[in-house]
Amino acid sequence: MAGFDLLSDQGLRLDGRRSNELRKIQCKLGVFSQPDGSSYLEQGNTKVLAAVYGPHEIRGSRAKRLLDQVLVNCQYSMATFSTGERKRRPRGDRKSQEMSSHLRQTFEAAIKTELYPRSQIDIFVEVLQADGGNYSACVNAATLALVDAGIPLHEYVTSCTTVLAPPPATSWDDEKLEEGEIALVDASHREETSGSPTLTVAALADSGRLVLCQVGQRLHLDRMNRALERALQGCKDVRDVLDEAVRDHLANCGISEAASS
Amino acid sequence: MMAENVCINVAYQRTTFTVPISQPTPRIYTPGEVISPHAGFIVSHGTYIDGDYLKASVAGVKEQVDKLVYVRPLKNRYNGEIGDVVVGRVTEVQQKRWKVDTNSRLDSNLLISSMNLPGGELRRRSVEDEKMMRKFLQEGDLISAEVQNVFDDGSLSLHTRSLKYGKLSQGILLTVFPSLIRRRKNHFHDLHCGASIILGNNGFIWISPTINTEVEGGAGGFTQNLDKEVSMEEREVMARLRNCILALAASKMSLYDTSIVYAFEESQKYKVSELLDAENMLDVALMTYHRLESQEET
Repeated sequence: MAGFDLLSDQGLRLDGRRSNELRKIQCKLGVFSQPDGSSYLEQGNTKVLAAVYGPHEIRGSRAKRLLDQVLVNCQYSMATFSTGERKRRPRGDRKSQEMSSHLRQTFEAAIKTELYPRSQIDIFVEVLQADGGNYSACVNAATLALVDAGIPLHEYVTSCTTVLAPPPATSWDDEKLEEGEIALVDASHREETSGSPTLTVAALADSGRLVLCQVGQRLHLDRMNRALERALQGCKDVRDVLDEAVRDHLANCGISEAASS
Repeated sequence: MMAENVCINVAYQRTTFTVPISQPTPRIYTPGEVISPHAGFIVSHGTYIDGDYLKASVAGVKEQVDKLVYVRPLKNRYNGEIGDVVVGRVTEVQQKRWKVDTNSRLDSNLLISSMNLPGGELRRRSVEDEKMMRKFLQEGDLISAEVQNVFDDGSLSLHTRSLKYGKLSQGILLTVFPSLIRRRKNHFHDLHCGASIILGNNGFIWISPTINTEVEGGAGGFTQNLDKEVSMEEREVMARLRNCILALAASKMSLYDTSIVYAFEESQKYKVSELLDAENMLDVALMTYHRLESQEET
């Protein structure tokens, strides 16, 4: 372990959280007027904008049209100023293509795709500031945007990134020490790049069904279950925050007016 | 030249457009929430059955008619119903039909056989007519039409078999959520202020100068008069109407002839350009809301 410990002796992380605590999530729905649905989400210092268009007629090549379900089209991009190093980031590079296809898989599972045959739903996410858990923040923001657009979902799909940190060298709690690595929920950039194994999970939060599970670095199978459990709990916590935001938005946005007409 | 009255706001001081509504907020359902342990309900829009439960799939309010349960979201794409008036933009010219973007999930069809061609209503559609299709309507043209049929996949078939429908020429197109348009008997209005509006059920609103139908032969059909100059006063009225409708839409107030006329009248104390300020928009919406409320009470 180079330089610093991810967990202090007291069991606190570098930014002062406990191992099972999320960063502060702030979000807003309906930030744009042009798309059908949009959202802005901050998860600590990770900031993401999402916009959803559709379902609409397939533009461009007709060949992509699916006769039994909707075509989900995702685009992930990062702003030039999103990381410490200022750098032009073309949309088509390998990393963002991979992210886009992961997002597509996630949302094909969450959207009730069979309802809109021959149509297309576009999901655009842009990372404005990257501070760890980019994929997770994008999933959470896009979920909000889809809800805002009124697109039928099975459930909220939320995501959480965990890092398995080695236990502190000297712990106040000897039992903790024996458990081995500790899963840190909602990892920040510092934690993600520390070289410890990361586990990114996207799940349908209510039923706990996994949609996407991605492991970076080598992870011992014995550790897998505990990390997965923690990550799923993180997804559920995120879901509660998003749900509250959606309810607030609808209540403040004159749902009663639209309902009365 | 210095621009006068530049208005800059920081994000956290942004005006919230909500009109205070007296009635309590209804129960809101969100995706995945259990509506009831499934017991013989008919599943409809915004709901689905998962195991033993009836769950919501969108965020909105629940409505129930006997055993039919549905959840209506605040906004979604336009779901056509037969007889709706729509405004749309032609996206494609195909054999025997035009594809029209009507803000619904698939483009609508306008068949050449369901429109009145120039020169007699009961005329056979010949091959020549099919070759002439691009002369009638091109890609990018705006039309008003009525929904003739709704297909299984949700796409619409339109018709323009009345003189009030047809190609639109000079005016302003506005887009709002389809749920904000209140369904009325008539969606074509010649307002006293000197402009006409078409409130498309699909959320597309068309504002145009009023055309004297007796002299110029109606707005319908496929003639487009782009030579006629619209006077400054008419333009100002149209621009004011546009801003008023946007003000109402920003506050999520339903749009129909009365609410628009009231908003237009309440906006007179502002200049047209001032109506773009968030605070003034909210003020106009509030005044309109109170006027509609007081009218309902009497």
